[in-house]
Amino acid sequence: MSLVLPRDGLSAYPKHLTPAYKSTVKRSPTKPLILMPHTLSEMTGPIYGHDAIQDNDNDLTKQGKGEPLGERIIVHGHVLDEDKRPVPDALVELWQANACGRYVHLVDQHPAPLDPNFTGAGRTVTDKAGYYKFITIKPGAYPWGNHYNAWRPNHIHFSVFGHSFLSRLVTQMYFPGDPLFPFDPIFNSVPDERDRARMIASFDMENTVPDWALCYRFDIVLRGRDKTPEDMD
Amino acid sequence: MSELTPSQTVGPFYAYGLTPKGRAKWDPDGTYSWKETVGDNLITPDVVGDRIRIEGAIYDGDGKPIPDAMLEIWQADGQGRYANAPGSRERSNAAFKGHGRSACDKDGVFSFDTVKPGQVAGPNGALQAPHIVVAIFGRGMLRQVYTRLYFDGEAANATDPILALVPAERRDTLMAKKQGNVWRWDVHMQGDKETVFFDV
Repeated sequence: MSLVLPRDGLSAYPKHLTPAYKSTVKRSPTKPLILMPHTLSEMTGPIYGHDAIQDNDNDLTKQGKGEPLGERIIVHGHVLDEDKRPVPDALVELWQANACGRYVHLVDQHPAPLDPNFTGAGRTVTDKAGYYKFITIKPGAYPWGNHYNAWRPNHIHFSVFGHSFLSRLVTQMYFPGDPLFPFDPIFNSVPDERDRARMIASFDMENTVPDWALCYRFDIVLRGRDKTPEDMD
Repeated sequence: MSELTPSQTVGPFYAYGLTPKGRAKWDPDGTYSWKETVGDNLITPDVVGDRIRIEGAIYDGDGKPIPDAMLEIWQADGQGRYANAPGSRERSNAAFKGHGRSACDKDGVFSFDTVKPGQVAGPNGALQAPHIVVAIFGRGMLRQVYTRLYFDGEAANATDPILALVPAERRDTLMAKKQGNVWRWDVHMQGDKETVFFDV
């Protein structure tokens, strides 16, 4: 018995070597990857239950002594598999720059202020419907060293677990209409515009909270499916 | 047409979100403390099996250490059972998750404390040699690369169905080597010693 997961959807992923993003040049495999069947080792994966998180881990505005500066937003959506079925009990972790575009990481020393009330890290676990929700601050754009006058579009980093170790996804959520899209080699590492569109959250007017926060919806589709076909070899 | 959400790099600043207590020194004065969910020590009080420590470093195409990579491992327990596997036999060490995450430090060094995995079934029902599945993330990596760690000297390596797919002269890149109390395993993204990465 072997278990197989479709591979064709991977056409949406960037190539390991994407020279416009310079750091890929010395960090991507040069020899052909070795095609292998999926075994139990690939088709299983960790599951983190609700014991992995604590109250307010999903509210990045409540981690300091006071409220962070910036535009408060709700970011929510569903984690789905390739059949668009919900992925329950999925650990979703995020990290991001503050409203000024500065990360708390020691290595980020660009001239923008830190916010003592904002770390920019959060985590949650999806419910039975695969639903997750974060409250955070809209991150700012920031410069980086890839090329002259390079700026990253506003984005939030997401890390998600699914049904198997092959479902594991790290991605970035972008905001609609960002003028920096045409200039960003990381965003454009995904070759097809329709695929790139799935990294852009939609503005969710219906779920804004009057007098309090705007809202963005970001659904995340992972490799894999709940009911895995088994072939008989 | 794919429906998948595309992969993107973890970037250089993942540590405070993903490995806040790990090797990356992102917050030297402890201003922004944050709890850890997935760490590099997989040992639980109920764990069964031979405890091992894995250490290594990751290098780029110039042979320089990669200070902002992150490794995740997924493995069976000491008796060859995966946590959460459908139809898995009853596990007495239910707290053992089999999943770990290590940041790299400035020298590209990572480590895991875990147990040596038992053998699990392969594609044809025959047993695979003890192995650990590894996914590597990092700045400059737009999607994770997948590889496997095997244990040098293990008799079952000779009949492992996945190792058999790897050209003989490259299999050594997947072998952790026993050095004292540590299993040493380095990762080379490129070059003569380029680690074998799998298309999964």
